[in-house]
Amino acid sequence: MNNRVVITGAGIWSCIGNDLETVRQSLYNGKSGVGLSPERIEYGYRSGLSGVVEQPVITKQMVDRHTRVGMPEQTQYAYMAACQAFNQAGADVDYLSKNECGCIFGSDSSAKPVIEIHKTMEAEHDTAMLGYGMVFQSMNSTITMNLSTIFHLRGVNFTVSAACASGSHSIGLGYMMIQQGQQEMILCGGAQETNQYSMLSFDAIGAFSVRMDQPQKASRPFDRDRDGLVPSGGAAALVLESYDHAVKRGANILAEVVGYGFSGNGAEISKPCDHGCELAMSRALQNACLTPNDIDYINAHATSTPQGDMYEAIAIDRLFGGSKAWISSTKSMTGHECWMAGASEIVYSLIMMKNNFVAPNINFENPDEYSQKLKIATQTIETQVDTIISNSFGFGGTNSALVIKKIAK
Amino acid sequence: MTLKEIEATVKQFLVEELEIEEGKITLEARLKEDMGIDSLDLVDIVVIVDKIFGIRIKAEDMKGIVTLNDFCNYIAEHQNQ
Repeated sequence: MNNRVVITGAGIWSCIGNDLETVRQSLYNGKSGVGLSPERIEYGYRSGLSGVVEQPVITKQMVDRHTRVGMPEQTQYAYMAACQAFNQAGADVDYLSKNECGCIFGSDSSAKPVIEIHKTMEAEHDTAMLGYGMVFQSMNSTITMNLSTIFHLRGVNFTVSAACASGSHSIGLGYMMIQQGQQEMILCGGAQETNQYSMLSFDAIGAFSVRMDQPQKASRPFDRDRDGLVPSGGAAALVLESYDHAVKRGANILAEVVGYGFSGNGAEISKPCDHGCELAMSRALQNACLTPNDIDYINAHATSTPQGDMYEAIAIDRLFGGSKAWISSTKSMTGHECWMAGASEIVYSLIMMKNNFVAPNINFENPDEYSQKLKIATQTIETQVDTIISNSFGFGGTNSALVIKKIAK
Repeated sequence: MTLKEIEATVKQFLVEELEIEEGKITLEARLKEDMGIDSLDLVDIVVIVDKIFGIRIKAEDMKGIVTLNDFCNYIAEHQNQ
């Protein structure tokens, strides 16, 4: 069995918008969602730069108290994105109560609850003072355990932890399970906390830009003068289902997932590798039965770090050099949405596919010797986007690439 | 706090923090059967009571508390200890 896999719903909660239309406008207009957080500097960060993400308000009418107290920030973001995705897919509470749907999300931390637990224990020396919700907030699978409970999902249910490729792998795994006939419908996605506890250790290794006098110029993937990434977050959710299933229930198909490729660098923990990036991309193309010249748009992983962008540029040039594909990193606007990025960048790419444009790689003012070889969109490009590849790479050398294609009506 | 003040404070947190319907909250009401307070709610009630009244309820003490009246009396008895 080799089922076709389609996307029928998408949801987003991000620093460039909390709904598809607002995000479309931000992407089209090259609007940055980055700001400066003085609290981070006060707390001891080297960089106070961050994507500015609105905190959702989840009421008792939306989610009962028992569940709500177990939802940390990233799970709240994921819930908001999931509501949008299920709504667009036409899978309401009644549908989900009668039909099996799975849930796979990418996430690799839940820092705030863990730190709050520690603070309470230091002060009280009594686990009874932790309350009921902290266990469900602090576990790494907090998102999938909560969403599966809230939406009564009875299919596959787990969280993927693969650093900054987590969201991408969640979609890749969902795609494989539906393709193999093990599931008909899966909610996939990624979510990332933005609280001040969440990014301390990244700041410690000097991963962040310190261009704090110009926050919206700080994330500048592929630009010669980039000096690090800008942390960001939120959540993205996608409803994946088999083509036959979507057609049978009359769902509106947004696009088809046609390829997933992955690789491990097997090298240094924090150093990217052009060969690993290239292998993930080439496997995704091979899986999709496509060639580099079939791709209209490359949503690069490029986070604005000197090394990461360089190795990705080398890999893209080697595989796609001379091809027609436009390239941009939407992280130039969003900052690096980390665990969420692989999923949100599929949502951003879907928006571009639907609206026939390529979002700009803002702040790309001067190329370096590697990025000068790439066909980077410095401005919004009005063009038909039928087939895209989206890259995600993470610490430890985990690489993922997804190929998404517009479906013939 | 007087017993009346304790009762008012407890009713307030049951509505605001535990989200129990106001109509279900009477002194005679049984915590579990009538107000729907389950073992998970009790975990949070222990924390709330500690914050508001400075009383750390022991798990074994909860076994003897059936109604809201029992609960308020327990707080009144322990508040100054």
